[in-house]
Order: sequence, then structure tokens, then C-alpha cells
Amino acid sequence: MAEKLLEIRNVTKRFGGFHALTDVSLHVEKNERFGLIGPNGSGKTTLINCISGALRNEGGSILFAGTEIGAMPAYRRTRLGIARSFQIPKPFTSMTLLENLCIPLEYTAHAKSHGADVASEAMEILDQIGLADRADKLPADLTQIDMRKLELARAMAAKPQLLISDEAMAGLSANEVDGILEILFKLNEGGITIIMIEHIMRAVMSFSERIVVLDAGEKIAEGTPDEVVNNKEVERAYLGE
Amino acid sequence: MFSFELFINALVAGLLLGGFYAAFSLGLSLSFGLLDVVNIAHPAFIIFGSYLTFYVNENFGVDPILAGLLFAVPFYFLGVAVYRIYYNVFEKTGAESLRGLVFFFGIFFLIEVLLIITFGVDYRLVRAPYIGKTFHIGSLGVAWRLFVPFLVGTALTIGLYQFLSKTFFGKAVMGVAQDSLAVRLMGADPIRIKTIAFGIGIATATLAGSLLIIIGPVEPAIGREYIGRVFAITVLGGLGSMSGVFLAALIIGVAESFTASFIGPSWALAVSFGILLICLAVRPAGLFGR
Amino acid sequence: MKSKGHLLHIAVALAVVLVAFLITNSMENRYYYKASYVVLQYVVLATAWNILGGYTGYVNFGTAAFFAMGSYTAVALIKLWKPPLYVLLVAGGAVSGLLGLGIGYLTLRLRGVFFSIATLALAVVLQMFMTNWEFVGGGAGTAILKPRSVPFFSNYDEFLFFVMASLAVAAVFVAWLIENSWVGRGMAAIRDNEEAAECMGVPILKLKLFATTVSGAMMGIAGAPFSYFVVFIEPSSAFHLDYAVNSLAMPMVGGTTTWLGPLIGAVLVGTAQQIATVTLSAEMNLLIVGSLLVGFVVFAPEGLVGLFRKLRGRAMGRSA
Repeated sequence: MAEKLLEIRNVTKRFGGFHALTDVSLHVEKNERFGLIGPNGSGKTTLINCISGALRNEGGSILFAGTEIGAMPAYRRTRLGIARSFQIPKPFTSMTLLENLCIPLEYTAHAKSHGADVASEAMEILDQIGLADRADKLPADLTQIDMRKLELARAMAAKPQLLISDEAMAGLSANEVDGILEILFKLNEGGITIIMIEHIMRAVMSFSERIVVLDAGEKIAEGTPDEVVNNKEVERAYLGE
Repeated sequence: MFSFELFINALVAGLLLGGFYAAFSLGLSLSFGLLDVVNIAHPAFIIFGSYLTFYVNENFGVDPILAGLLFAVPFYFLGVAVYRIYYNVFEKTGAESLRGLVFFFGIFFLIEVLLIITFGVDYRLVRAPYIGKTFHIGSLGVAWRLFVPFLVGTALTIGLYQFLSKTFFGKAVMGVAQDSLAVRLMGADPIRIKTIAFGIGIATATLAGSLLIIIGPVEPAIGREYIGRVFAITVLGGLGSMSGVFLAALIIGVAESFTASFIGPSWALAVSFGILLICLAVRPAGLFGR
Repeated sequence: MKSKGHLLHIAVALAVVLVAFLITNSMENRYYYKASYVVLQYVVLATAWNILGGYTGYVNFGTAAFFAMGSYTAVALIKLWKPPLYVLLVAGGAVSGLLGLGIGYLTLRLRGVFFSIATLALAVVLQMFMTNWEFVGGGAGTAILKPRSVPFFSNYDEFLFFVMASLAVAAVFVAWLIENSWVGRGMAAIRDNEEAAECMGVPILKLKLFATTVSGAMMGIAGAPFSYFVVFIEPSSAFHLDYAVNSLAMPMVGGTTTWLGPLIGAVLVGTAQQIATVTLSAEMNLLIVGSLLVGFVVFAPEGLVGLFRKLRGRAMGRSA
């Protein structure tokens, strides 16, 4: 059996009286391509916020590479190897693309030795993702697809073991979706475990080796893409009664 | 030192003061709580209103409350103009948080300086038949100059509350507060709604200004004292809740009145700021949060 | 190359301090020392404000509180045992730095406008405490005797001018150091997007605490010599709203993202104020500051530094 990189046990999160997550358990194996799906408001984003540290889970535990991270501030989780992209891109608006990438490089990959030459490394990553010619541009000058690429590139610059891609393809054309998929496949081949949250079924189904479905804050199904598609509960959650 | 009579007097004075504080804070609660426009210049608009009231009262003998109502109209358009600038320069470009705040801070300061240049730094007051008189209930003396603002403040609260919860436009304002998209789907233009609502918020400032100068003499820099007080009330009341503002205003009024009576007047102001700091640190959503 | 840059800047800084010293030995008119002292004090305050406001994105309306706490710490020490000025500077900086640290913890819960309102509230509460603290003069204020003589300077005002000039140089230097270090880049990330910054590994709380502490300490240090400068100190002057408005307007006029912005803003606006106070009136000078603040924030959000860059960019674009 493969090694578990991320393990979530009975995680619960409430906002006031609203139960955003109830007793959710799942795990992600090392170097796995993992899909997380569910209707709007099912708790996907809450769950990854709990993993990345933007929110604190109330019950249960979150283990990353065997370490309990539930109480850690977000930046330390990033330094342990968890990086994420945001559903609505959140670039550093006053910085060029190159400088955007220098932040995670300086603060995560080279956190011990501030001052390493991170610019050339940032350039390499921009090159990989196809933004090298826009290195000196500001995020405001980017198109929608380039903004998504920047979001991924910045997460890559944190040199993560686990990359959480939060709806990186929403609103993109079919061609552009393929472009992002290609990047994610390549990252996975390079040894990065990936959690994909996505509404575009074609993308999640072709990308994921295993999928977990959330509905109303609870896990309702888990399995290979085929198993999930044929699951009655999933059908009901998506289509209603 | 402590007597029952003093206690009752302080309590009543605090409640009356609270009714006035509500009038002072409603406009801000509307713009800050419902429209997300942090108009920290609101107290300055109120002092501006006080001086206009003073001007027509001094020169033409107009009743202060009437003056406040009359000036509400031009103030509405002033508010519309200010919001237009704010929207075009800050909100549209997403720069409202930092620069928008500084913008209103600058407006606050400018109004104060213009008032000093025009009227000087002396205290000004108004004349009206009810100012200076007191009526008695048993041994309890109630000053009309406190009672009238309390009545007007209460009426203004009820009026705004009814307006927001009962009229179509009021519901649209609440809609903007919760979700602009829903309003747009209804076919209403959220920016237009926000403009009008902001105008109404500023329009309440003249009436509040009249009440302020009825309660006591006013000088240009008095607005500073009120910044903390009105934010304390707005935050404590739960942003955007008119009934919450009224309750919070009563609480602050009573707390200040007790502090002034039993500890010393110079500590009264510290109470509202203290409450504000604690409230911000512990429960930013307010006591009566939505 | 990096250390060479440092050396050059240190050399420039020392040269400015030396010039300030030479001026005190050649210029007679006391008014100029007074006026320059005020301008230099604003260089420190504007630079300090900008470390938190411009670099990190947290708007502090309570400059007066930090400044006055520095002043009143000094007043309390002077009443107790008249220590030398450097002790006052250190103590004033320490007290206001601690206050800054406390405000820093508020950023855990308060962002944007809530933080700003809290700083404003803090200023009023502290002013209340000082008004009620009789030992340092209470609301009526207290007179402070300045030391009669000081070595190397012909009078104490010249010495204070020299001290403030050195503090201004030091403040600008600290801002420059921060701006060009990993700390400054992390602050910029927080200003641009706090959530994204933390997810990219930036320890946001530590950096914010650093920013509030350094900024507060610098304001406190600027306030420490204040009572010697004005000779009579009262809460309403030490906590004056002008400090909050100026320390915010000056970086806005100059430009908030670089160390140069507050420096240019403070020198220009500060000097203009000194001239306006003499030639027009104190009220007109405030009107100018207010108009400049609103004007720049509406029409030139990047300040003079930004305007200059834009012009240069256009000129270069034309020649290319």
C-alpha cells in the first residue's frame, strides 16, 4: 500500500450554527492525483482552507507526512510542503510576475537563507509555465488564462510536495483547460501530489486517479472516477431528487 | 456620594443622551454597515450641519429642528456628490480600503478647517423656546434640551427602520448589503441604490447637527470626540442594524452618564472608546450583529 | 555589490549629519532651527507611519498617540531624575514600541478600517489618561526646563535641531534597509494580499508585529525631545490631530511605496506649512495640508514619486 501524504480524520467545522464540515475523513497518497468534487456550498473550499491553514478545524485531526498540522499557522504548513492556488486569483498586485514568484521562493523554498538568488529560479518557473516573456509585467496586465497560470506558478515556486488547485480552470475555454491540465500532469510526473477541486467534470474525471465527493459538509462517496460517476448518492446530490 | 436620586438622574440623563447618540450614528451605520462605505467624515458632516443651523438661527431666528430638516435636502445632494467621487475614484478601481479611508479622513479634516476659517474656534449656540427649560417628574428634573433631541432621535430611528424594512427601496438597500448580484438580477442598479442610500445617510447629518447644537454649544473640533463614540455605537449595534444602533446608543449614553456622575466628567469619553476597543477586539460583529 | 550600496548610503547619511552639525556652528537665527526641527520631526513621523501604512498596508490614525507617549515618557523621567537626552530617546522609543507591539496583536482580529478606528480610539483613550495624570501636568500641562547648556553647541535649540536631524537620517536609513530586504518584500506581499502572502510562506503575524513595533518606536523617539522643544507640554498639543493628518498626508503626497516618498512629502509639505504659518495663518496652513491630502489621494495615488516615474517612463518611451 502506498504511503499516505495527507490524512484527514473526522474533521468538523462550524460557522455559527451552520455546519460547513461534519466528520469528514479522507486521505491522499503520495504522488496521487486526487479529485475533490461536490455541488456549490458542499464544503470543498472550507476543507481546503482547513488544510492550508486559512481556517482552523474544530474537531478531528489533519496529518501531513505524519505530522499533526491542525494548529499550525498557514505559513508553516506552506513551509512543510503544502501550497495552494486560489479560486479567485490573488496576485501581489504591486509586484511584477517575477517578483510575485520571488515571495514564495524566498519565504518557503529558501526560508533558511534569505537572500539566495531567487530571481533566476523564478524565471525558470515562469519559463516552464509559459509566462517568461511577461516576467516584467504587472498582474493587472494579464489575461484571465495567464492570471490562472501565474496563480499556479506562484504555488509551484513554494516547491510543494502537495499542490491544491482550487478551481484553476473555471471560466476558461476548452483549449485553455487542456493547457492547465497539461501543466498539472507534468507537475505530477515531477513527483508532486495534487488535489484538484473542479467543477469541470471532463477535467477532474480525466485527471484524477481517485475522487471524493462532498455534499452538505459530508463525504458521500469515494472511489475511481468510474465508481463515482455511477454512484446513486452522487447523482442525487448533483441532480436533486 | 452615592444616592438613589443621583442614580436615577444619571440613568435618565444617559438614556436621553443615548437617543441623541442614535441620531448621530444612524447615518454612519447606514453607509458603513449596509453600503460598506467607511465614511469616517460623518461626524464632520454633522458639525457642519450644526453650524448651518447656528447660522440661520442666529440671523433669521429659524427653529433649529426646522433648520435641520430644511438642510437635509442640500445635504442629500452633497452626499450624492461625495459618493459619486468616492465610487469613481476608489470603489471602481478596488482601492477603497486604504485610499478611500484616507480620502474620508482628509474630508473630515478639511471640513473642520473650513469651519474654523469661517466661524472661528469659539463655541456657538442656538436659541429656541425649549432650550434652558426643565420639567419635573417628582423630584426628577428633565431638561428640554436633552428631551427634544431624544424624541427626535427616536423618531429618526423608527423612521429609518420602517423605511429600510417596509419600502421597496429600503429592501433594495438591504439587498445591496447582502448580495449585489441578487439586486442586479432584480433589475436594479446597485450603484444607484448605494448613491441614494449614502445621500440619505448624509441627509440625517443635518438633523443630528441641529440636535447637537441644541444639547450644548459647538466648536469645530468637537467632531473628533464623536468619531470614537459613533464608531463604538455603530460597531456595538451590529453594522447596519438600525434597532441595534438605538440600543447601543442607549448603552453608551448610560455608561457615559454614570461615569461622568460617579467617577468624573473627564473620564466619560474614555468609556465609549474603551467599549469600542474591547468590542473590536472581542466581537467585531457587534452585540446585535446581523 | 550589495555591501557597496550599503557603504554609499551610510556615507551619505553621515554626510547629512555632519552638514547639520556644521550649520549649527555657522547659522545664528533661532527661528530657522525651530522651523527646521519641526520639518525634520515630520520626516521621522512620516517615515515611521509609512513603514506600517505604506509598506504593510495598515492605516494608522493614531500617530499622535505614539508621538505623545514618547513625549510623556520623557516628561515623567525628567520629573523623576532629569536623565540625559539619549536616555529619554531610548525610553520614549521603548514605551511607544511596546504600544506598537500591542497594536500589532490587534491586527490578528482587525483588518482594514477596523484597525484604523482602533488606533484612533487608542489615541483618544491615552489622551484621557494623560489629562487625568497629575504627575505629568494633567490637563493643564506642565512647564519643562531645558538644560542650560550642552557641550559643542552654543544653545540647546541648536542641539535639539542636530539631534532631530540625526534621527531623521536614521529613520530614513532604517526605512531604506527594510524596503530593500526580505522583510520589506514580505510586508509588500501582506499589503497586496494578506491571505495569499501567508499561503506563500510569509509569517504575517511576525512581520506585522515587527512593522507596528518599529513604526511605533520611531514615533516615540521623535516625541521624546518634544517637551524640551516646546518647553510647555499639555495633552492637547502632544496629542494634536495634526500629527495624525500630517504623518499620513506627507507619504501620500510623496508616495507610499518607497522610503523617498515620505522624505519628499515631509520636506515639501512641512516646509510649505512653516512658510504658510508665518505668511498666512495657522488655519490656512491646515487647509493646505487637507487639500493636498485629498487632492493627492484622488488624483495622484502614487504620489510625487509615482508622478515622476510616470513622466520619466513616458519620456523614455518617446526616445525609444
